Amino acid sequence: MSKPQASMRTPLGKVRGLGSAKHGAAHFVTQRVSAIALIFLVPWFLISLIGAVRGGYDGALLWVADPINAVLILLAVGAALYHMRLGMQVVVEDYIARHSTKAVLLILNTFVCVGLFTVAAYAVLKIAIA
Amino acid sequence: MSSWTDKRPMSPHVSIWKWHMTMASSILHRVTGVGNYIGIFIVVAWLFATAAGPDYYEPLAGLIGTIWGQLILFGFTLSISYHLLNGVRHLVMDTGKALNPKFGSFLSGLVLVLSVVLAVAVWMLSGIVPGFDPLNLAGAAQ
Repeated sequence: MSKPQASMRTPLGKVRGLGSAKHGAAHFVTQRVSAIALIFLVPWFLISLIGAVRGGYDGALLWVADPINAVLILLAVGAALYHMRLGMQVVVEDYIARHSTKAVLLILNTFVCVGLFTVAAYAVLKIAIA
Repeated sequence: MSSWTDKRPMSPHVSIWKWHMTMASSILHRVTGVGNYIGIFIVVAWLFATAAGPDYYEPLAGLIGTIWGQLILFGFTLSISYHLLNGVRHLVMDTGKALNPKFGSFLSGLVLVLSVVLAVAVWMLSGIVPGFDPLNLAGAAQ
């Protein structure tokens, strides 16, 4: 029987308990899955939105009210907000060294993205279902 | 201010690096990512204003219609175009391809040029050129 492998971590390192949270791979994959969705959704959104804006307020209402447009708008905005929450998380983690500031900004990032999605979802559903 | 207490020198940083294409591309990807983060506030505000009614929609449309509004909107379009095309380059790199320095620099430059082309193309569709409407977006708006 071989001896159990000795840990490479120092006693201090063990006590602090810092290190990988084992969430890196999921972050990497979901960032890219949302990116692939956005490759298709963003060009549609931009071109379709231009048509809507040309028609003024009535054109905008008609555009959002169309069932297919409503679903695609929710997908596009949802995927974009999901993707940018992940991206901003990395930016904050990279540049903000101070723990308290980092925590506040990471929480704020989540609040902003969830908040924007709620507003967008409310707006689209109100128009499309009414 | 900073809580950085480690006295040891930091690794070489932006100031002593010679600028190169893939470095500029990497930085631009972040900058445009943050730009898109800010820009989506306009999109969500527009959706909300549309749902809330003309009292909200018209002032916002007026604000966007000013020269500064249009400039910001074009910058946002440019930012989206760059991040989208460079994002595709990143997805290609994730498969282990396009990683050698020479081709990487070429692709970075190509993405930069194409992103300007894409942004201008999107704006041409928006009707700034009279009579140019290949997708019949003006008809779709009626």
